[in-house]
Amino acid sequence: MKQGHSATPSKAKKGWFLLISLLALVLSLAAGISLGAADIGWATAWKAVFRYEGISEGERIIRELRLPRELGAAIVGASFAVSGAIMQGMTKNPLADSGLLGLNAGASFAIAAFYAAFSDFSYWAVMLVSFAGAGIGAFLVFGIGALSKNGLSPIRMTLAGAAVSALLTALGEGIALYYQLSQDLAFWIAGGVSGTTWTQLKILFPVMTGALLLAFSLARPLTILHLGDEAAKGLGLNTFFIKTVLILIVFVLAGIAVSVVGPVAFVGLMIPHIARFFVGQDYRWVLPGSAILGGTFMVLADTAARLINAPYETPIGAVVSFIGVPFFLYLARKGGREFA
Amino acid sequence: MKGFPGSVKNWAIFGAALVLLFLVFLISMAAGYISLTPAQLLRTIAGSGTERENLILFDFRLPRILITVLAGMAFAVAGGVLQSITKNPLADPGILGIHSGAGVMVVLYISFFSVEPGSFVYILPLFAFLGGMITAAIIYVLSYKRGEGIHPFRLVLNGVGLATAWSGAVLMISIRLERSDYQFMANWLAGNIWGDDWPFVFAFLPWLVLFFLIIFARLQALNLLNVDEQAAIGLGVRVEKERWILLFSAVALASAAVSVTGGISFIGLIAPHMARRLVGPRHQVFLPLSALIGAILLLSADTIGRVILDPKGIPAGVIVAVIGAPYFLYLLSRQK
Repeated sequence: MKQGHSATPSKAKKGWFLLISLLALVLSLAAGISLGAADIGWATAWKAVFRYEGISEGERIIRELRLPRELGAAIVGASFAVSGAIMQGMTKNPLADSGLLGLNAGASFAIAAFYAAFSDFSYWAVMLVSFAGAGIGAFLVFGIGALSKNGLSPIRMTLAGAAVSALLTALGEGIALYYQLSQDLAFWIAGGVSGTTWTQLKILFPVMTGALLLAFSLARPLTILHLGDEAAKGLGLNTFFIKTVLILIVFVLAGIAVSVVGPVAFVGLMIPHIARFFVGQDYRWVLPGSAILGGTFMVLADTAARLINAPYETPIGAVVSFIGVPFFLYLARKGGREFA
Repeated sequence: MKGFPGSVKNWAIFGAALVLLFLVFLISMAAGYISLTPAQLLRTIAGSGTERENLILFDFRLPRILITVLAGMAFAVAGGVLQSITKNPLADPGILGIHSGAGVMVVLYISFFSVEPGSFVYILPLFAFLGGMITAAIIYVLSYKRGEGIHPFRLVLNGVGLATAWSGAVLMISIRLERSDYQFMANWLAGNIWGDDWPFVFAFLPWLVLFFLIIFARLQALNLLNVDEQAAIGLGVRVEKERWILLFSAVALASAAVSVTGGISFIGLIAPHMARRLVGPRHQVFLPLSALIGAILLLSADTIGRVILDPKGIPAGVIVAVIGAPYFLYLLSRQK
């Protein structure tokens, strides 16, 4: 499939796009912080963020509950989106997404196993475990690709992802049911970013920002990789090294994002396509664009999840699926035979 | 000739499958939290067991075994039919999202009426069927392109997408359930055979027989549909009508089985494949054999699940997935 447009948008246009989406991110953060079950005005929200005194209850709700969770949502959204963009670029598979290719299932399986084995653990350990789990899922899917006669076409890769996800989900469920963690894990999966605390953010923020920046710095080689391995080698690129680093970044981004919100699919699928629509094929623009758009999308999704049926929360994964699945079906239909 | 109905080899394979099913049946009756020795088992079957042995065998184990066997057959035949009418060797009611569609309706039902005995048993399959059918219709419409017909891979892809949407919906509904209802549902989704009581056997059996008969009356049409649509039309098969009836029956079988066993994928994929390997692609031969293989697989999975971790048990769906997913991947990697 030809992704996006053949005509490359001008630099000014791309710049404007990034600027506007950055503005959208800030606005959605503001909306996410101010809106919610408890009715708190914009003025209080402003005060809670910039001149916090901690006197009124509204201020404390915003400072201690909403601000960390919306920041968490933004980071997680950016991570999912960038991991999806990198995978789409590396595998040349427009349907690549951490949820569809088994990474999310791997991470949640690993977390279930870890919860069952240890009752007490630090947040660092959870992050490490879900990183490893995402690696297991991806290793299985790409391993099948390496074993196949002609490699995997996008559809086959997606099918392999579905089977690997089914396997790892079943194993995770088995563990959860046996150790009776099932509903606790379900709350973790469905709970989304609601439990994000400042302590978590202090660990999350540097790790994720580091991974994102590293990804941005590899955007140029990624663009070349996207053109094909031969072209990349011809241009003197150490493809093996770059691919390894990129895939490790994907594990970090997807795995840790799952450890925060649970296995949310489709963000990594949709956002890069939308970003490409505006900025073209150059990953130096696609990656930052995806990060900002992904963050915006996730903040909006979380705000919607809180508002749809307030004061109850709707699982954020379900909200994302409702938007993501039609998008996926659209891509599947548009791609048609070329995917097979 | 390979695949000829009357050949000695095929009879031998059928015989072997029957013997194997019988053996698994026996083991499943004996094994469990409280195991019965062969002597005890024989005595109880003959009608002179103690009250405790009678209770274990006739009230707990036998209905569960029967429902498992029936469900295994239903999954296998549904999968075989789906593979033929979509000409897609990777079709399986679970992977196509039909199970999740049925699951949504079941969860909806539970959230409105709660889990209670009585009429529940008989209504649940209907609800599951409704969900499965809606899903099948959506996938069919989405995968159909004028002039191209059904593209097999797009069909599976749409199924995968839809399954994800349904599981989102299930999550949304289930999070509000009472803790006890939730526990039931989690087990159900993971494929724990829960309809293990006689009423379920009686509710399930006529449904199964009806759709088996419908399908088995169309074996010749299936042969033709699978090979060449043009030839089928030339030979007077009303392709679209037959395909719809077969699709309807396959979905009905899978949904009914899902309603008693929960989300068990991969049986519908593996069993027909093994059967085709053994006796060739003629439906008259391989479809009955895949029913037997499906029963053997599911019964073994359930028995293993009951034995290795009694009394809590591991849902059969988990065991099947652990075996089935690698097999699916193997098939996927071998295809050109």
